Amino acid sequence: MTDTVYQVSHLTLVPRRHYGRMIAAALVVAALAAIVHAFAVGQIEWSYVGEFLTVPAIMSGLVNTIVMAILAMVLGIVLGIVFAIMRLSENPVLSTTALGYVWFFRAIPALLQLLIWFNLALVFPTIGIPGLFSVNTVEVMTPFVAALLGLGIQQGAFTAEVVRAGLLSVDRGQYEAAQTIGMTRLQMLRRIIMPQAMRVIVPPVGNEFIGMVKLTSLASVIQYAEILHSAQNIYYANSRVIELLIVAAIWYLVVVTILSLIQGRIEKYFSKGVAATGNAK
Amino acid sequence: MDTQNLSPDAPLVVAADVRKHFGSLEVLKGINVKVPKGEVLCIIGPSGSGKSTFLRCINQLERIDGGAIWLGGELVGFRREGDNLYELDDAQIARQRRSIGMVFQRFNLFPHLTVTENIIEGPVQVLKENRNEAKERAHALLDRVGLIDKRDAYPAHLSGGQQQRVAIARALAMRPQLLLFDEPTSALDPELVGEVLNVMRDLAQTGMTMIVVTHELGFAREVSHRTAFMDQGQLVEIGDSRSVLASPQQARTREFISAVHK
Repeated sequence: MTDTVYQVSHLTLVPRRHYGRMIAAALVVAALAAIVHAFAVGQIEWSYVGEFLTVPAIMSGLVNTIVMAILAMVLGIVLGIVFAIMRLSENPVLSTTALGYVWFFRAIPALLQLLIWFNLALVFPTIGIPGLFSVNTVEVMTPFVAALLGLGIQQGAFTAEVVRAGLLSVDRGQYEAAQTIGMTRLQMLRRIIMPQAMRVIVPPVGNEFIGMVKLTSLASVIQYAEILHSAQNIYYANSRVIELLIVAAIWYLVVVTILSLIQGRIEKYFSKGVAATGNAK
Repeated sequence: MDTQNLSPDAPLVVAADVRKHFGSLEVLKGINVKVPKGEVLCIIGPSGSGKSTFLRCINQLERIDGGAIWLGGELVGFRREGDNLYELDDAQIARQRRSIGMVFQRFNLFPHLTVTENIIEGPVQVLKENRNEAKERAHALLDRVGLIDKRDAYPAHLSGGQQQRVAIARALAMRPQLLLFDEPTSALDPELVGEVLNVMRDLAQTGMTMIVVTHELGFAREVSHRTAFMDQGQLVEIGDSRSVLASPQQARTREFISAVHK
């Protein structure tokens, strides 16, 4: 053994070649090029896409989509919080009811629920409180109301599970510490538990809000004038089917991209006091 | 029991035949103890002896299954009418808890609030104190526990000993009549135990009534007036701290103390 074996300063480090990865990357590039080429030479009149991107009918459809997504999500979150708290109640009637709600509205497809709400007049010609007031169901159950109820209530079933997971994620000691300083149950939930549960709740709810934006397209089936419905109305007249579907797709991409950016900000806000610790980095 | 004509030297805490079971497991088999105002009482004993459970019964984190507890002459958790004890509702229990501070083994600071916000949460939200006044008091308390420079930090930035001192300040901010400590130093690294015990020693000297569940026999001997030894859900022995720890009367107490000293 001589010391020359251990002299390493003149050695060169040769990185490993990842041939498999290189081949995969080349195949992906080729496939992408083929797709772009196909759309470029395909029978799409891109000028129509540009022309219809900002026409008033599409714009109002876009506004209706956003309005419906927000309202249905708000309804879903309110219902979700209520049913999550009910689910964790010690009263068996309350917790079982919450369980039943989640089971029922999560099991039935959203499109089917929309159709049921929209056609509620077939079951109940009038609705109201007997002796107080009564209205014709057809007049109340407009496409807007049917879409809001259908989307909001089924969203509530999903959100209830997310909120429940959030509440359970908060350490028992936090409940006890809040009780020890004399907080009532409501104060404890509002001031101590929910702010911490939000860290767990926000990412999936943000995700579901994005899902909701797209889910509103189902409301086109019951004549709610959201963006897909507007696009369809136009192509029924001018037969530019693909061009108008692309217009709708572009707007969904825009809205979802903006929402993803906002979601990141909100998540950062609710990780206050946690992001600072080592394990969060 | 007449709550109005409580003599000034009446005990602050009275536990009479307090029983508690979890399922079929009897955790407290009839605890009797009186704690006068200004006393520091240490409860020692092996784990599973029921000492933490007893502490948690006093501020109703656990509901007792038998017996009764009085705080300042007021029945804890129940309202008595004739021979019936009616359970109090959420708001009434919350009101009773305000005058009992508690310090936990695992600190349980609110991680989403800064140190100052942790301390003023109770005074502002529960006692409806003015926010600025509560802040001033919080800073005075932080000064007292030696953490005024950490007033804007989040709990995650503090060491265990610092977090526990903040937790003590949080409990004091409610101006409690009684402070409960549930193994306050058991989750701490050894070198951080002293700073917490020092704060507790200072508190004891101000005449604060304290019940301390602890394994720190040194603290019990030097600071507490009386020490109680609990084992298997029973209060085996209680008396002057020095005599209980130096010359215990019961065999079980002797065994425990010699085992701890090994």
